Amino acid sequence: MTLLAEKPAVESPKPVGGGLLDPQQLWRSLPSAVRKLDPRVMWRNPVMFIVEIGAVFTTVLSIADPSVFAWIITVWLWLTVVFANLAEAVAEGRGKAQAAALRAAKQDTVAYLKDGREIPATQLTLGDVVVVEAGQVIPGDGDVIEGIASVDESAITGESAPVIRESGGDRSAVTGGTKVLSDRIVVKITQRPGESFVDRMIALVEGANRQKTPNEIALNILLAALTIIFLLSVVTLQPLAIFSKAFNAAAPDTVALDGNGVTGIVLVSLIVCLIPTTIGALLSAIGIAGMDRLVQRNVLAMSGRAVEAAGDVNTLLLDKTGTITLGNRQAAEFVPVDGVTAATLADAAQLSSLADETPEGRSVVVLAKNQFGLREREPGLMPEATFVPFTAQTRMSGVDLGGRQIRKGAASAVMKWVRQNGGHPTEEVGEIVDAISGSGGTPLVVAGLDPGQPARALGVIHLKDVVKAGMRARFDEMRRMGIRTVMITGDNPRTAKAIADEAGVDDFLAEATPEDKLAYIKKEQDGGRLVAMTGDGTNDAPALAQADVGVAMNTGTSAAKEAGNMVDLDSDPTKLIEIVEIGKQLLITRGALTTFSISNDIAKYFAIIPAMFAAVYPGLDTLNVMRLHSPGSAILSAVIFNALVIMALIPLALRGVRYRPSSASALLRRNLWIYGLGGVIVPFLGIKLIDLLVQFIPGI
Amino acid sequence: MAGWLFVITLVLALVAVYRPFGDYMYRVVTGTRSNVVERGVYRLVGVNPSAEQTWGVYARSVLAFSAVSILFLYAFLRLQDKLWLSLGFDPVTSHVAWNTAVSFVSNTNWQAYSGESTMGHLAQMAGLAVQNFVSAAVGIAVAVALIRGFASRGSGELGNFWVDLTRITVRVLLPVAALATLIFMVGGMVQNLSGGTDVTTLTGAAQHITGGPVASQEAIKLLGTNGGGFYNANSAHPFENPTTWTNWIQIFLILLIPFSLPRVFGRMVGQNRQGYAIVAVMAVLAIASTALTIGFELHGAGTVPQAVGAAMEGKETRFGIPDSATFAAATTLTSTGAVNSFHDSYTALGGMMPMVNMMLGEVAPGGTGSGLYGLLILAVITVFVAGLMVGRTPEYLGKKIGAREMKLASSYFLITPALVLIGTAAAFANGHNSTALNVGPHGLSEVLYAFTSASNNNGSAFAGITVNTPWWDTALGLAMLLGRFLPIVLVLALAGSLARQKVTPESEGTLPTHQPLFVGLVVGVTVVLVALTFLPALALGPIAEGLS
Repeated sequence: MTLLAEKPAVESPKPVGGGLLDPQQLWRSLPSAVRKLDPRVMWRNPVMFIVEIGAVFTTVLSIADPSVFAWIITVWLWLTVVFANLAEAVAEGRGKAQAAALRAAKQDTVAYLKDGREIPATQLTLGDVVVVEAGQVIPGDGDVIEGIASVDESAITGESAPVIRESGGDRSAVTGGTKVLSDRIVVKITQRPGESFVDRMIALVEGANRQKTPNEIALNILLAALTIIFLLSVVTLQPLAIFSKAFNAAAPDTVALDGNGVTGIVLVSLIVCLIPTTIGALLSAIGIAGMDRLVQRNVLAMSGRAVEAAGDVNTLLLDKTGTITLGNRQAAEFVPVDGVTAATLADAAQLSSLADETPEGRSVVVLAKNQFGLREREPGLMPEATFVPFTAQTRMSGVDLGGRQIRKGAASAVMKWVRQNGGHPTEEVGEIVDAISGSGGTPLVVAGLDPGQPARALGVIHLKDVVKAGMRARFDEMRRMGIRTVMITGDNPRTAKAIADEAGVDDFLAEATPEDKLAYIKKEQDGGRLVAMTGDGTNDAPALAQADVGVAMNTGTSAAKEAGNMVDLDSDPTKLIEIVEIGKQLLITRGALTTFSISNDIAKYFAIIPAMFAAVYPGLDTLNVMRLHSPGSAILSAVIFNALVIMALIPLALRGVRYRPSSASALLRRNLWIYGLGGVIVPFLGIKLIDLLVQFIPGI
Repeated sequence: MAGWLFVITLVLALVAVYRPFGDYMYRVVTGTRSNVVERGVYRLVGVNPSAEQTWGVYARSVLAFSAVSILFLYAFLRLQDKLWLSLGFDPVTSHVAWNTAVSFVSNTNWQAYSGESTMGHLAQMAGLAVQNFVSAAVGIAVAVALIRGFASRGSGELGNFWVDLTRITVRVLLPVAALATLIFMVGGMVQNLSGGTDVTTLTGAAQHITGGPVASQEAIKLLGTNGGGFYNANSAHPFENPTTWTNWIQIFLILLIPFSLPRVFGRMVGQNRQGYAIVAVMAVLAIASTALTIGFELHGAGTVPQAVGAAMEGKETRFGIPDSATFAAATTLTSTGAVNSFHDSYTALGGMMPMVNMMLGEVAPGGTGSGLYGLLILAVITVFVAGLMVGRTPEYLGKKIGAREMKLASSYFLITPALVLIGTAAAFANGHNSTALNVGPHGLSEVLYAFTSASNNNGSAFAGITVNTPWWDTALGLAMLLGRFLPIVLVLALAGSLARQKVTPESEGTLPTHQPLFVGLVVGVTVVLVALTFLPALALGPIAEGLS
């Protein structure tokens, strides 16, 4: 695995939410909402399609037999459908702007093939080799096969700092639409025409070809079943109503009931009020907005299914480096031996590390400065100094200052050097080294040789992994959500355990090879668990493909990006945690609005049933607990409430309900109170309020 | 006071038997050893008792067995005059025979005939009583198959229908029914093969006092939640239900198996607390419904009830209000349909309660087996909505409730309301409601009740309506047939789908399905869904009548 650019430590979980709804946006989306009234589009949403059929039917009835009541109902039924379309249109509209920007970047790009031909980027195909020079836009997705360049990827990531792309290794992937700022690279195209990353991204943010996700399909089935039940219970009511009216023929006709039974307008109104229009209207907007929230966090999900799966994840595989710990080990302590003072050791350690540009080496210099106030000495200011670089053979580095020599490195190598130079290292060094290794740290032994004297060990530098701040709290949170976190590391089991304990993960996989990772994922999946992981290297690809949620880093190779089902443009492995939260929030929003929608029906019955039948059976007026003005005003109020509640809930559908990581019981209790109980109470108030207004309309 | 005692002792008795009897049934359905009788049956039918069936095979076995049963029973009734012990009765008319055959095979026991003047003893014993046993066993077998679906680790197998059917009949129904028969005989029930005795009463009039194998018929009528009475008056007849304490035993028998099956569920899925949660849902609904029924009857509106202090019309004085109302609640909360009082004569709202009980889908506790699987379907629907609200793909007992599961559960839920509403509307649209005794809301209730009872396989009658016409026999026969077997096929398909799934391990993020919150939620979903479906129809019937 490559080391990723260090990100600031995670402090506190960002609340998951989207942008707020802009009233302007509603207005702009109106034409698109009206276009969606086309039955060929509408039938895909069965609940709202029924409402549209009802609206057509009442329109015909209103024309045949006009009345104020009939026309107002008709208008509001149409508004109900338009409001539902508006929700979807607004959700789609948010992605459109982003898509337009992406398209602009894609257009008019010319590909310079290596053989000298020039073709439009859109005609590039798999295996083509193109040359891109400074200032040119990369014409398609591919791998750098020659050269190195700094690339501006802000068109897709929004990140303005350029990144380095070079041939070979894990940073070879480039994306079409990004711009080469310096140098020249040769790129082998790895995409088919029209299937580039940007193409997919455009499709994604526009919500085009959106596939319904498994849970959405299941929910649609439930909604369809409820719709059928309510259709049945209303349609079969008619013979019963006729019978009842005939039994009490002396009862006055009302707008709702005459000798022919319940009037068509009221029958349609009743159906529309009872079928789950609230959730039916908002369901697709919730899905689109969920994807949009991911895009806003710079994550591209290749399918909605993956987002849903993220909410279900049981096990999270996290790479140690860069995710749980800061990128590298850091010097934490100087442990001197044999009467050497700590300051002497620090001084020697600093000198030996001056030319060491590895992060570990830098951290030694930093620690020496922080603990002992040793100013950093510029290597260039010490002309007599000869630096001995680290090699895999010697396994140590150091510096020669005239006759004085200092060495720093792995314990066994440095000890050998001491012995070779006439020194006799004491037992003490070995004990310290073992103690540091035992605690999961890495010991670096520092030894010195003054002219004419035998070499001797000065002490040990304790290097250790530094766990990012806030990770433990984050993992506790995960545990409360029922998610196990597993740390993946190449370290030996002892070191791995020490870090795992410190970070508070549930399990770790030490000395992990790609095969080990794959095996671990398969084992978890065999136990019925869903696994999420992040990865960026080509050797991660099999595991990414096997995982239920595989998030590839944008800095990673094409193979990794191809294998995963999400790409994080920020290449931030901790993003996985946010992805899980967004997945959960998506499902919760659907569940909450379904509960709300069904609970609403209780109040609507109390409005409509007495309105329809109190004339025949005056006793039923007892059910008119809201004391609504008249049958006409009661039915109208229910219909208007039903339409307005859709509008009122659009912001919630787009933003998602508030989600705080907590146990399932706590979540359920909270959402039941708000959306279940709220769903029962709100319509009683709402319908009554609307009734207080509409009763002043003449003829109602 | 006696009324309270009656109800409380019943509850205590059911609580006492929940574990031992549930555990016994658990051992019966999960055991592997066969006894002599069972081995004989397997050889006779030609099945290998250790062969497991997938849902498709299981469902075909259920349907084949039931189809043969219907044909056999139909033939039996049509030919009864040619057989022994016919008591000289004519063959049953074709539409009544069809209706009755379907009715008994579907565990409905709707009776479009009057037992003492239609059926000979052999038809009662070898025809109807046999179905009383096996139709009850079929229900339990299907419920057990569904539980196996939940408990399965992915094998896709649901057990063996023929084994389940045989074991349940031989080891559960027969022994308990035999014991109950003895108790009923002690209690004064008739048990003989006599054709009846003609006597001259004190006033000098001649009276025919019937005899017959009543006690044995009664035992399984109640234990198997069948409800088809030996006599037309059913359990109101003194030969079928002589005393208050036999009445108590009758209700206990009705509720015994349905209330103990959740224990089997808990044992089989390896979590007894899941069984407690399900039985708690049943108990909450049952106790609330019984209390409401008793309340409406004791304090019902109406001139006569107010004058005499309670609604005694249509009730046996030897039982009184609470015992009658409890029986009415028990018989409709299950799929029994036996009656010891006249539901048509209940107060408007008191009479609505049996209807509502059935409309709940007969899940509290429901028929033998059918109650449990009905409630588990409602639990699945509840889990789905609640599961979304906790942010995970909903899962119940580690099994994911996805599109296929929802399709099957939703279809199950649609069937009975559709049959009830379409049947009722058809009766009114075609004028067949005219055979009802009453007009207005009460007449509407009579028709609504008939279809509710048939579609839910209850079999009790509101009465007050002449139903042995060809239209009614056919329509109600269809309602019973579809109301029984479509749901069974869907339940088995659901079981198959669950059985193929691996088990997702439980975690903090899993919706707990054994806590009071979930119990309350299932109760709420059951009541709300039913209220939303049937409220318009009820408003024009019992509610209109009750609020006038």
